[in-house]
Amino acid sequence: MEHIAIIGNGISGVTAARHIRKNSDKRITLISSESKYFFARTALMYVYMGHMKFEHTAPYEKGFWKKNNIELKKGFVNTVHPDKKQLDFTNGTILKYDKLIIASGSKPSKYGWKGQNLNRVFGMYHKQDLDKLEKFAPNKEVCQRAVIVGGGLIGIELAEMLRSREIPVTFLVRENSFWNGVLPKEESEMINKHIEEHHIDLRLGVNLREIKAAENGQLKSVVIDETGEEILCDVIGVAAGVTPNVNFLRGSGIEVNRGIMVNRFLETNIEGIYAIGDCAEQREAIGQRRNIEAVWYTGRMMGETVAQSICGNKTKYKPGNWFNSAKFLDIEYQTYGWVWAEEKENETHFYWEHKDGKKCIRINFDTETHQFIGINIFGIRMRHEFFDNALNEKKTVESVLTYLADANFDPEFYKKHEAEIVEKFNKENGTNIILKKKSWTRIFNKA
Amino acid sequence: MKAIKTSGLVIFLIGLAFFTSLLFVGEYKVSQETFETVIKNKNITSSWFINGIQSKVVNKQFSSSFSLSKKIISTLEASNELYRDKEEWGAIIYDKPHHVSYELLKKSGTGWVIENKGLLFFLTFGLGILGALLFILPNVILLGKPGIKNNGIYNSSATNKGWIGILTGFYLVGFYILMYFYPDFIVNWTYILDPISKSLSGNPASQWFVYGFLYCTVMTVMAVRMYIKYRHDMYQVIRTTSVLFFQIAFAFLIPEILVRFNQPYYDFKNAFPLDYDFFFEWHLDGLIESGNVGLFMLVWGIVLTLVIVPVMVYFYGKRWYCSWVCGCGGLAETLGDPYRQLSDKSINAWKVERWLIHGVLVFVLLMTFATLYTYFTGTASIIGIPTYELQHYYGFLIGSVFAGVIGTGFYPIIGNRVWCRFGCPLAAYMGLVQRFKSRFRITTNGGQCISCGNCSTYCEQGIDVRAYAQKGENIVRASCVGCGVCVSVCPRGVLKLENGPEKGRINPTEILRGNDVDLMELANQK
Repeated sequence: MEHIAIIGNGISGVTAARHIRKNSDKRITLISSESKYFFARTALMYVYMGHMKFEHTAPYEKGFWKKNNIELKKGFVNTVHPDKKQLDFTNGTILKYDKLIIASGSKPSKYGWKGQNLNRVFGMYHKQDLDKLEKFAPNKEVCQRAVIVGGGLIGIELAEMLRSREIPVTFLVRENSFWNGVLPKEESEMINKHIEEHHIDLRLGVNLREIKAAENGQLKSVVIDETGEEILCDVIGVAAGVTPNVNFLRGSGIEVNRGIMVNRFLETNIEGIYAIGDCAEQREAIGQRRNIEAVWYTGRMMGETVAQSICGNKTKYKPGNWFNSAKFLDIEYQTYGWVWAEEKENETHFYWEHKDGKKCIRINFDTETHQFIGINIFGIRMRHEFFDNALNEKKTVESVLTYLADANFDPEFYKKHEAEIVEKFNKENGTNIILKKKSWTRIFNKA
Repeated sequence: MKAIKTSGLVIFLIGLAFFTSLLFVGEYKVSQETFETVIKNKNITSSWFINGIQSKVVNKQFSSSFSLSKKIISTLEASNELYRDKEEWGAIIYDKPHHVSYELLKKSGTGWVIENKGLLFFLTFGLGILGALLFILPNVILLGKPGIKNNGIYNSSATNKGWIGILTGFYLVGFYILMYFYPDFIVNWTYILDPISKSLSGNPASQWFVYGFLYCTVMTVMAVRMYIKYRHDMYQVIRTTSVLFFQIAFAFLIPEILVRFNQPYYDFKNAFPLDYDFFFEWHLDGLIESGNVGLFMLVWGIVLTLVIVPVMVYFYGKRWYCSWVCGCGGLAETLGDPYRQLSDKSINAWKVERWLIHGVLVFVLLMTFATLYTYFTGTASIIGIPTYELQHYYGFLIGSVFAGVIGTGFYPIIGNRVWCRFGCPLAAYMGLVQRFKSRFRITTNGGQCISCGNCSTYCEQGIDVRAYAQKGENIVRASCVGCGVCVSVCPRGVLKLENGPEKGRINPTEILRGNDVDLMELANQK
């Protein structure tokens, strides 16, 4: 029986394993050095915040793996030998495979800062990081100030985590507005304000010069490059993005650039070895996507795709329309299609913001054809299916706005804003769009 | 703010201490007149009992309810034993001993407690309410901006099965045991509510009045907590208001006021089979004897169960009852909200749940069938099983122990919906309708789930919501009471309670939305 080994039991590896099992009876081994059982990395923050226990982060019960005949192996792969089809583990054991899926994920990026390897300087990515945080920042007495370096999604989550235990947080962001490489100005500024509302000391447009240690070798402070200001702190959270976790592959013969190079079938340069998820780097760009996408959803989709190929239905990785979501403290964010930080040529943005400064939407559409290109939504929930259809069917912005009530996914009794949104659009564009009432028939017949 | 919170807690605990200590104080003296009234009302013919109480109890001073109760009960038991030996069945007292004792005690309190009902009301209920509100209200500021704030729930001893939780559990269990089985011990609690009870129904307070009043008070105070905690979520705000309204108006005030107008005590929203004694002989006779109003109640009760309940479940899911109307649900959603995360989410628990809840449903239907059989034929037993015993065991095991002692007493240990999930026969009935013929579902928003597990953790019914959401499937489960908290706690806006067309309600998927359209179609068609 063919043996499929999967390095990494994150969402990519686990999705691949599940789908291979659904479609075949091949032997499957899931390997991880982090945790024997799959857990949702996205939920680690909630464990620290006391919303959950670690056991709640596991999406499947322990019996699931046995029932589905998926072998779990805890161990750290030291080297991969494609010629022998063999994995060597750091503890001396080996594992033979017939096909290999590498889903080793990523690790927090560090940029060679002086002092970055001190033991109170760490990212928020692995289960072990959670343990460290619990050890070094259990409360505001032990950790009197934490500094977070890097203004992305993990950075703001880390800030939220620390604030849940009332630990003072200084948040160093290189850009001059939060996440403005992705978010347009208004959205980014809304989040800046919200961060400060949560009593987080947000420093925009600053870089880290060095991390200082005290005489006993323990972390003492950080120095800001621009001002030379020294900030005393007990913990530093490194959240300046992630890098593919591929160092163990260098020299194995598997082609590695920043990530593991794969073609559209997620195959590496060596036959029978695939790479998926955060660690994979596309040789050719897919649409406007980045070649490395460290996103939960794309990891899952690659897992779904590679399983098809492994089970004899060779399938190209063709992710559908881009979508993503996040939560910035209390403000939820969803996006469907493409909305860039700046309007591209031939693109027009329409922006609406609620007067409370906690909700907004931005629609990106083609200046000439008015074709809908994408939407950013803050503080309102909307249907994935609605926008996926709008993108697939190349609907116009007018059509999207006409049926915007169908898109709403907020809980019952929430205040609706569609009328206000449409009115603003009409005013700015001299159009006469009339909002249609929500229709269950339209919503559910698209299914 | 924190100082206010702490002082609130202290005041609350003082109130609780006064309330509890009332069990151990008081003076009692059974007068000749009280004694004779009770003997007459209870139709007691045992001369052993009458002579015994006459000589040992009447006109004597007792310094606690326990000592007086002990005398009464030992006399009663000795009397029953005597007549059983002599086979003089007519002289045996079949009433529950503690209920006979309660009747005597209720009218016999004297001294300080009786003379200071107002003061004691303030020291118990007053301090309790004041303290609890002082503890809760600062959360408006302490919780920060509106939004889901579950910080520290698993770090707190009270909400993570720590010693505070266990102690709270013990207290609640003790309370329910006293309430159901030892009403004579808590007669002091009834005294301090006499004035309120008299103003409503014209009668002095019974232990059930105490329970009802306390229930409403606790729900109201804890509803304030809900309003603050979920102030960003209109669904929770409106739902809490609804459930509070139905408890206070329908379960508490209207029945009391009906009594004042010499009508049967009746809770219009309490549907059979949750209301398991609806078809009991005494209840049917009571309604029939009460003329048009009673007849209306009888018809309403039957229509409620057979027509209104299933039709409403078809349109809105069982949530319309369980988390918008029901009293048990109301307590679970207010007092029980801090404990919702303690429910067991395992597949095994789900198995146990299905056997137990449907078992109770079968039990109640058989018991009711026997009851009606006996009612119409006059035969006291069916296939050799005495109807009375069926009723008795159902009432004791299910009505009291399961629904009360375990159902509420164990909130801090096994979660707040234990009764609703494992025991309630009405929930079982509605669950079947909801699962097989309803427009209600929890819609999953395409491929947006990140498997974080907040939804499953906070599901009070122990549904592994994530198991469906991460596959892009809607959640259609018999046990879902539609509390909407999974929707609230989801950090990615993945879930929504909806009533929509039945077609496509259950939507198993292989490949989630967001992936290649062809792949989705290929895999999902298989």
